[in-house]
Parts: sequence; C-alpha cells; structure tokens
Amino acid sequence: MTKFEQEIVKILQEDGRASYKQIAEMLSAGEDKVKAAVEKLEKDGVILKYSAIVADDEFFGDTVQALIEVKVSPMKEKGYDEIAGYVSGFDEVKSLYLMSGAYDLAIFIEAKNLREVARFVSEKLSLINSVQSVATHFILKKYKLSGTTIGAEKERLLIQP
Amino acid sequence: MNYDELINPVVAQLPQSGIRRFFELANEIEDCISLGVGEPDFVTPWYIRDSAVKSVVAGKTQYTSNAGLLQLREMIAKYLDYRFSLSYEPKDEMIVTIGASEAIDLAMRTFISPGDEVIIPDPSYVSYVPNVRLVGGVPVPVKTKVEDDFTLTPQALESAVTPKSKILILPYPNNPTGAIMTAEQLAALVPVIRKHNLIVVSDEIYAELTYEGKHVSIASFEGMKERTVLISGFSKAFAMTGWRVGYVCAPKDVIRQMYKIHQYTIMCAPTASQYAAYEAIKGGFEEDFSSVSEMREAYDKRRRFLVAQFNSMGLDCFTPRGAFYVFPSVKRFYPTGDEFAEKLLYGESVAVVPGGAFGAEGKGHVRCSYAYSLKSLKKACEKIRAFTENLPDNK
Repeated sequence: MTKFEQEIVKILQEDGRASYKQIAEMLSAGEDKVKAAVEKLEKDGVILKYSAIVADDEFFGDTVQALIEVKVSPMKEKGYDEIAGYVSGFDEVKSLYLMSGAYDLAIFIEAKNLREVARFVSEKLSLINSVQSVATHFILKKYKLSGTTIGAEKERLLIQP
Repeated sequence: MNYDELINPVVAQLPQSGIRRFFELANEIEDCISLGVGEPDFVTPWYIRDSAVKSVVAGKTQYTSNAGLLQLREMIAKYLDYRFSLSYEPKDEMIVTIGASEAIDLAMRTFISPGDEVIIPDPSYVSYVPNVRLVGGVPVPVKTKVEDDFTLTPQALESAVTPKSKILILPYPNNPTGAIMTAEQLAALVPVIRKHNLIVVSDEIYAELTYEGKHVSIASFEGMKERTVLISGFSKAFAMTGWRVGYVCAPKDVIRQMYKIHQYTIMCAPTASQYAAYEAIKGGFEEDFSSVSEMREAYDKRRRFLVAQFNSMGLDCFTPRGAFYVFPSVKRFYPTGDEFAEKLLYGESVAVVPGGAFGAEGKGHVRCSYAYSLKSLKKACEKIRAFTENLPDNK
C-alpha cells in the first residue's frame, strides 16, 4: 500500500463520510487522484464498508450482544479457515476472530433476545463436529467503541489564548 | 472600600484581554462550535498519565529541587540536542518552570528595568505585552506583514530598535498566525541583534508543530546562544497543557539570576507533573518520538483542509507552517475580526477569536484553531460557509 493510500485510509477510519474533495484538500492532492485511490481500495477489499457506529442503548432495545469463546480442533490441511468460513456464514455473527491463548475463535453475535443466542449456541454452534467447547459472555454495557469513549464530553474551554 | 487608590496603577491599567470579553459572549451561546481553543485536542498519551499516577502512589509528593528534578533536566538537555541540535548543561543552564508562561515572566523580570524597551512582533501571543508592562518595561510592537509570511524582517527589526531596546521576543512558530521562521530568515536577523546588543527571548513552545521542514532555533546560530533565552515546554508537543510544565534555558550567568526569582516565587514545578514530563521524553526516545509525529501528521491534514476551505470561501488565508492556527483575513466581508467573529457567533454559533486580541496588526483577521477533530472542523466549515455566502462582498 502506498503512503498516499494509507493516509486516505486513516482519514476514512476517523470519518467515513469525508468527501473526495475534503480528502483531497487534506492531502493537497487532486480530487480525481483521491477518487481513483478510494475506488481501488474498495475494489481490493482494503476498505470493507462504511458504517455508522451506534452508541445509543435505546436503538438496540432488547437486542442482545455477546462474545462467544470457542475451542475447536483444527482440521487437517485446512487449519481454522474452513470452520471460520462456516461460522461467518451465520447472519447473527457480526465479527469473528481467530485468537491466540486459551480459546481459538472469538465470535461477536447480535440477536433479538436471549433465546436466540441460546438457540445459536445449542442448535448451530455446538453441532459443528470440531467444536470442543463454548463459553458465552453477554455484553452488559459499552464504554468505548472504535476508539471513541461513549459520552465522554471533554471539559474544554470555548476560547483560550 | 475604595480600592481604586490602593491597586497598583500598572495592574489597574492592564486591559482585560480581548479574548475574555469574547469568551463570555461565546459561553452564552448554546451548542456553540468553537475553533477558539489554543490547546491540543489530544489527551496526554497514556504512558505519561500512568507515570504521574505511579509517582503519586509511590509517595513522591514533596518539593523537588528548585530548578526541577535533575533527571528531568538531563532528559530535556538530551531531547533538545537530539531534536534541535541545541546543547544546554542540565546542571546550570536550565530551570523547569510552571509552563512556558512562568518562563516568559522570569525572562522579563530578570532583564527589564523600568523604561527598557521590548520588541514584540505584532500579532503575537497575548501575554508578552502585559508581562513587559508589569515590570515597568515598554512594549514596542513591530508590524509583521502577510506579504512577508508574518516573519520578522531585519529591516522591520532595525526600524524598531532604539537606544533603550533590550529584548527581542521571537515567538516562532507563531500564535496566532502560524508563521515560522526558516534558518535563512533567522540568519538575516542575527547581525541586527548582535549590532544592538539585544537579548532574544525565543518562545519555541510550538517547535514540534512545524510542517514542511524542521524547526530551527535562533540559539543554534553562532554567537547567539550567549544572548538567547530559550523557552519551551510540554504543553503543545506532548499534549500536556494542564500539567503546567515548561522550561527555560539560558547561559548560566542568566540562569543564576532567574533562579533567585523562581526560588522565591515558585519553589518548584509540580512534582507529579515533573515525573510525567520526564516520562514523556523518555518514552519519546523509546519510540523515536513517533507519537509526536503522528500528532503532527494529524494536525497537518487539518491545516491543509482548513486553508483550502477558507480560501474557497473568500477568507484569504496565508498558509501557516507551524502551530495549530489559521489566521484568515476577513476584510472582504467586514473591516475587523471583532465584527466578523461576533456576527458569526450570533449567526451560526461558531466561535473564532478576533485577531485584534493579538495586537493591532491582527485586527482584520480572525484566529481559527485546528486542534479539533475533523468532524468538528467539517461542521464548523459548513457553518462558516453558510455565513459568508449570505454576506455582501465588501470588495
């Protein structure tokens, strides 16, 4: 990745709504050049998508979010990729990571209610042959998302010399 | 009780800062978007905060030596050498102060007798003039012009010198203009400074925030260290404004005199803050100051964005190469920055600082800080654009 592309990604990570023109101004580059670079980044899958990061509990209502730790036995020749590919196919799985340490897969899921989480674990996850154990942790409260502390108002004066 | 006859007339006659009045106006506006703040929007890096906590937990709560922790002074010396090729002896050429602010005051008190003149580039940071007045000195503003990129030219300096001139304040990178002085521009001042036997008080608090090139200190020129009082601190480079730690470096015969004032009035900079400052530089060396570079790069993007935005709105903008301010002229719309800022505040709830607060030469400008997130800057620009689009063109 070029330095220019990296700079663009950094800007979009902070603000996905920055326009080509604004990015061009920030980097003192041509708008066309920025547009071409962003399109390439999207096409190459460097930028997966643009989304809003929502902090408001009211929005989520009764939705339940959980982290599920899963121990699996890796498959011969395919390692973890096959099972990971299979698990990511479920709609309720929002993020999926391969981890080092005490367990292998970390699954972040979002479901309408508790029962749905239970069903996901008992009827989907635990039926997979290579799954050895599952531990489900419900998310109780969010304090910081994507680098932004929720509700943290900076006590800054409006005007200073 | 009538205090009027009791208060020191020098203090009584100090004008309220132009910023103060505006601050009060802005505070009444609900959901005000401000570009008015002169401090980093970054929080002090975690490792620095942590070191201060640990120092307190470990019970390091007493005074330090008056000049500041020796280990901190050694670190500052190493830092100045590595970053700016300056060589200062930690033992007797340096005092750790309560921010650069104390250092400015120390410099004035140490050199100025009543009637001595202090040459100050105009516009500049608001506290130089009052500091000079408080010790009975005479501030002599010297106009810096947008045509000269707001630098101090040897001609302008020469024309401001009188037999009473004693100090030249050299505040670059500059608040509010964002101007810097290049090595060539500084070199041109050296003969004038030496000819008139001036002391230079070089306020380099924004040195780390220099874009397109590297900061050069006047003290690094031949024959200049002996007549330079170098002032800097941690507030801007390490996002540590609230910790109040700065430092002053000067020849030891000068430091010896300053030390007395510091000792009698301050004792020492806050101990926890000194431990934090020590860790700021130590940690900086461990990562080759990459946190500082990251901050600078973030500011740089915002700088380019704001300059492009303002120019496209008809707010003529000199391209600043230091600090975190843009200083556009508002003359196309209003004769003064005061009017522009007030109308903008009431019209669109955006606060910028009228340039007149920084000296007579700033009157036709406003100072906008880009120590804000891109999101806030975008929002502010939208509002300022809406505001200017509805204004009649004064030209």
